Amino acid sequence: MKRMHPVVVRIMHWTNAVAMIIMIMSGWKIYNDEVIFGFLHFPDAVTLGPWAQHGLQWHFFGMWVLGLNGLAYLIYGIVTGRFRRLLLPISPREVIREALAALSFRLQHADLTHYNAVQKTLYVGVILVIILQVISGLAIWKPVQFSFLTALFYDFQGARLAHFFGMTAICLFMVVHIALALLVPKTLLAMITGGPRVDDDPASRAPSAHASNM
Amino acid sequence: MSILRRPSSLFRPRRGPDQSLLTENRALIEDIDRRKLLRGAVSLGALSMLTGCDIAEQSQVQSALRSVSSFNDWVQARIFDPNKLAPTYSLDQVVKPPRFNAYYEIENVKPVDIASWRLELSGLIADKRPWGLDQINALPEQEVIIKHICVEGWDYIGQWSGPNLRQFLTQIGADLTAKYVAFHGQDDYMESIDMASALHPQTILATKYAGEPITDPFGAPLRLRTAVKLGFKNPKWIRAIEVTNTYQEGFWEKQGFNWFSGL
Repeated sequence: MKRMHPVVVRIMHWTNAVAMIIMIMSGWKIYNDEVIFGFLHFPDAVTLGPWAQHGLQWHFFGMWVLGLNGLAYLIYGIVTGRFRRLLLPISPREVIREALAALSFRLQHADLTHYNAVQKTLYVGVILVIILQVISGLAIWKPVQFSFLTALFYDFQGARLAHFFGMTAICLFMVVHIALALLVPKTLLAMITGGPRVDDDPASRAPSAHASNM
Repeated sequence: MSILRRPSSLFRPRRGPDQSLLTENRALIEDIDRRKLLRGAVSLGALSMLTGCDIAEQSQVQSALRSVSSFNDWVQARIFDPNKLAPTYSLDQVVKPPRFNAYYEIENVKPVDIASWRLELSGLIADKRPWGLDQINALPEQEVIIKHICVEGWDYIGQWSGPNLRQFLTQIGADLTAKYVAFHGQDDYMESIDMASALHPQTILATKYAGEPITDPFGAPLRLRTAVKLGFKNPKWIRAIEVTNTYQEGFWEKQGFNWFSGL
C-alpha cells in the first residue's frame, strides 16, 4: 500500500512551489524595469532582489529548478499513470455542475484520493499554463536562436505579453489553490505527510464518476 | 511592429516620473541601501550571532547567483548557432531617430571629436596600426535592419550600416581563434563579446543609421551593432578594439548582469 501522494510527488510539489515563488517575485522585479501597463508597478516588498539585475539572476537560477523539476514531474505523471488516474477524464457537464456547487459552497471533497471535475480542470489547466510559460520564457530569452518560438507570439513584445498573462493565470490559480487547501486543511496535510494509503493497483480502483464525491 | 510601441501605448502615461534622478544618483541610492542593510544587521545583531548569519550571507547568495549566471554563459554559448540569422525587417518599420540608451542621460553625452578620433587596436592582432574614419568609411558597407532588444524589455527596429566585423578582424590579422573581442568606448564603457558572436554575419561596426552618419547620442562615429546580443552588449563611441583570451567583465556585468546576454 502506498500513500496518495508518494514522497517523490511531495518533494516535486514543494520544490515547484518554491521555484514558482522565486520566478514570480523576480519576474515582477524585471517587469518593473520596463512596465507593460503604466498603472502597474510591483511594490519592492514583493519583488526579489534590490535591482533588476538581481531579479534577472534569480529568474535565470529559478528557471533551472522550475524546468528540471517540472520535466521530472511530467515524466513521472505520465509514466506512472498518475495523471491518467487523477486528472482524467474531465467531463464538461461535471465541470459546470461542480463549479456551480463550489460557488455556492456546497462542493464536497470527502474522498481525498479522488479529484472532482473542478480540481481536475484547474490542475490540468495550470500544468498547461506553466508549459506555455516556459515556451514564452524561452521566446523572450532567445528571440534569435529560438525565433520560431517568438513567432508563435507574433513578436518579442507579444511573447512578453503572453509571459505576463501566464504569470497572472498562475497567480490566480495559486489564490484558489491555497484558499481551498486552507479551507480543507487535510488536503494540505496530505501534501506533507502523504495522505491516505491507496491501493497500488489502479485497475482495482473503480473510476467512480460521482456519488462518492458529491 | 511591436504591440506596445512606446510613445503610443494606451497604458503608458505620456510623461512618467523623471527617471534621470535615479540614474544620476544610482551610486548614492545603492549606498543608502547598503547602509540600511548594515543598520538592519546591527539591530538584528543578537539574532544573527545566535544563528551565525550576518551580512556576509548576502554576498554568499550573490556569489552563488553569479556562479549560476556564469553557467548560463556556458549554456548560451552552446545554444548559439553561428549560422542562424536574426529576423530582418523592412525599411518602413525603421524607427527614426533610434532610441537613446546609456547609463547616463542624453544631455550628458560627450561628443567624440571626429577630427582627432582614431580607432586603436590591441591584443592578438597582427596589424595594430590605428584606423582613421576615412579608412573605415572606405571599407565595403553592410546594412542590417534588425531589432535592438534591451535587457529591460523594450525593443525597436533600426537600420544600421558599416563594415562587417568579421571582414574587419580578418583584414587586420586578428587571431580569429581567440576567445573574446572587447570594445572600449569613449565614456570608459567596456563590453566584451565571444568570438563566435563577433564573427556572426549580422555583426557590424556601424557608422550610419538610416543611411546617415550616426549622430552623437547614438555612438558617433563608430559603434557595434550585432543582431545576436542584447542592446547593452553593443558599445557606442568605440575608441579601441581588443582581441584577447582574457575574460573581462564589462560595465554592466560588474553590476550583476549576465555576460553572454545572447539573443
